[in-house]
Amino acid sequence: MSRVEIRVTISSDQDIVLARQKGRSLALELGFSSGDATLIATAISELARNIVSYAHSGEIVLKDVQGSNRVGIAVTASDSGPGIPDVGQALRDGFSTSGSLGLGLPGVRRLMDDFEIVSKPGQGTKVGVKKWRP
Amino acid sequence: MEVPILKQGQVLIATFQAALSDADLNQLRSALVQQVVRFRSRGVIVDVTAMDVMDSFASRTLREIAHMIRLRGAETVIVGIQPEVAFAMVQLGLTLEGVATALDLEEGLAYLNQKFKTMN
Amino acid sequence: MAKRDESSELLRELVAHLRQNRTQLREEWVGRISETRLLTAMTKEEIFAEATSVYDSYVEALETETFEALQAYARNLSERIIPRGVETHEVVGIVLLLRDVLARSLFAKYQTDFKKLNRILDAYEPAANRIANTVAVGFVQERERVIRQQQEAIRELSTPVLQVRERLLILPIIGVIDPQRARQLTEQLLRGIRTNRAKVVVIDITGVAAMDVTVANHLVQTVEASRLLGATVIVTGLSPEIAQTLVTIGVDLGKMNTVGDLQGGIEQAERLLGYKVMALAEPS
Repeated sequence: MSRVEIRVTISSDQDIVLARQKGRSLALELGFSSGDATLIATAISELARNIVSYAHSGEIVLKDVQGSNRVGIAVTASDSGPGIPDVGQALRDGFSTSGSLGLGLPGVRRLMDDFEIVSKPGQGTKVGVKKWRP
Repeated sequence: MEVPILKQGQVLIATFQAALSDADLNQLRSALVQQVVRFRSRGVIVDVTAMDVMDSFASRTLREIAHMIRLRGAETVIVGIQPEVAFAMVQLGLTLEGVATALDLEEGLAYLNQKFKTMN
Repeated sequence: MAKRDESSELLRELVAHLRQNRTQLREEWVGRISETRLLTAMTKEEIFAEATSVYDSYVEALETETFEALQAYARNLSERIIPRGVETHEVVGIVLLLRDVLARSLFAKYQTDFKKLNRILDAYEPAANRIANTVAVGFVQERERVIRQQQEAIRELSTPVLQVRERLLILPIIGVIDPQRARQLTEQLLRGIRTNRAKVVVIDITGVAAMDVTVANHLVQTVEASRLLGATVIVTGLSPEIAQTLVTIGVDLGKMNTVGDLQGGIEQAERLLGYKVMALAEPS
């Protein structure tokens, strides 16, 4: 049962900044430490960046989540862009399509606790990540 | 968003703020290089103390700034990376390899002065 | 609309009654508290003082039908009594006792008018329950915050970052490191680098028994993150097994600053910092 839901449309580089600022605020509201809030904001920045670079537009949704004995934040980044042909490859460190760190998905996974991805060519991409407050 | 670039002798000091968009960073990169050429600066300090998030684009831009400035014969130091930000950066694999870093403005200036001595 | 007005009207009447009988009802409540042996960690005077504040906040919440002030008071109260050892069941207990005492006084007052009693209780009960909830939740949240703080403090105490010389930090790591401790170590070290303005850090892992790939990665990340803060890291006490683990995860040991033992590491650190290490002359 979620009490907070924030949706940010991502279509320009300014939206990347907006999404991560809202992510940081929500994280702090939910009681995360400043350090964790930075990790969460950084992950959001990378996910939003992927949307802008590869799909041109999409959405980031921020929610609070309840676990059995803990609370956390859930971030979903979705777009209807070209999709990722080989998700397994994208999740291996060092994979790069545009010359630098590529999608940065392994990094995002390290920053967060839970990580899920669904992506098919022609069907867009949806990445869901969560971080739990100890 | 205007980022102040101050001239202190042979060194330029650019203070990055939080919430810089990609376009802002690109504009900053050009402005810095222009100023280095204009003032024939020997060193540049980029102060990122206020940046609360450093993502892959910011990291790449900093490396590009250092590279372009080195092409013009000057040295760049990045200062003020916050502990939390540094931690997040290394999780993402952003190590700013090849770019000099220092704790803060004071250390950055000390580093550059040392460099200038050895460069002479 | 009429029902809402009526409810407010009744609450006003209720609040007036509670104010009028404040002294007596508060005394009754304090009596019940000691009867049920709650708040044994506090003296009679303290209980009386707090009871007065709680009673007044309770009545005010009923009157204004807003709970922010009560929430703030509950947190404030919790901050004061938690260090005294007051527990959750005691706080919940005394608030419920107050609710009972007040309800009983309403029964007594309106016993001749059953219909009115019902209407008054209709107005009173939801508000009273919300108050009990607010105070209890406020207490529990504060308690959780204190526990988290204490855990953090314990972790920090068990992993000291030592300033040995100016600009030089030593981090001796002893025992078993799990990923959580490794991460806490890194954060502590990075904060220490900034606070102490350290230019060199010696991380001594002589005391580390075994290191798995996850923790080895943490070590590498610590070295990289320290560099971003302008500090050079020297790793000392690397056993052959740990060196092997690092190589396995792709670390170029040639690029990592390693020295055999802690003493050697400190000496190298001093050289990096520009200290001259001079040997004492032998007595002839």
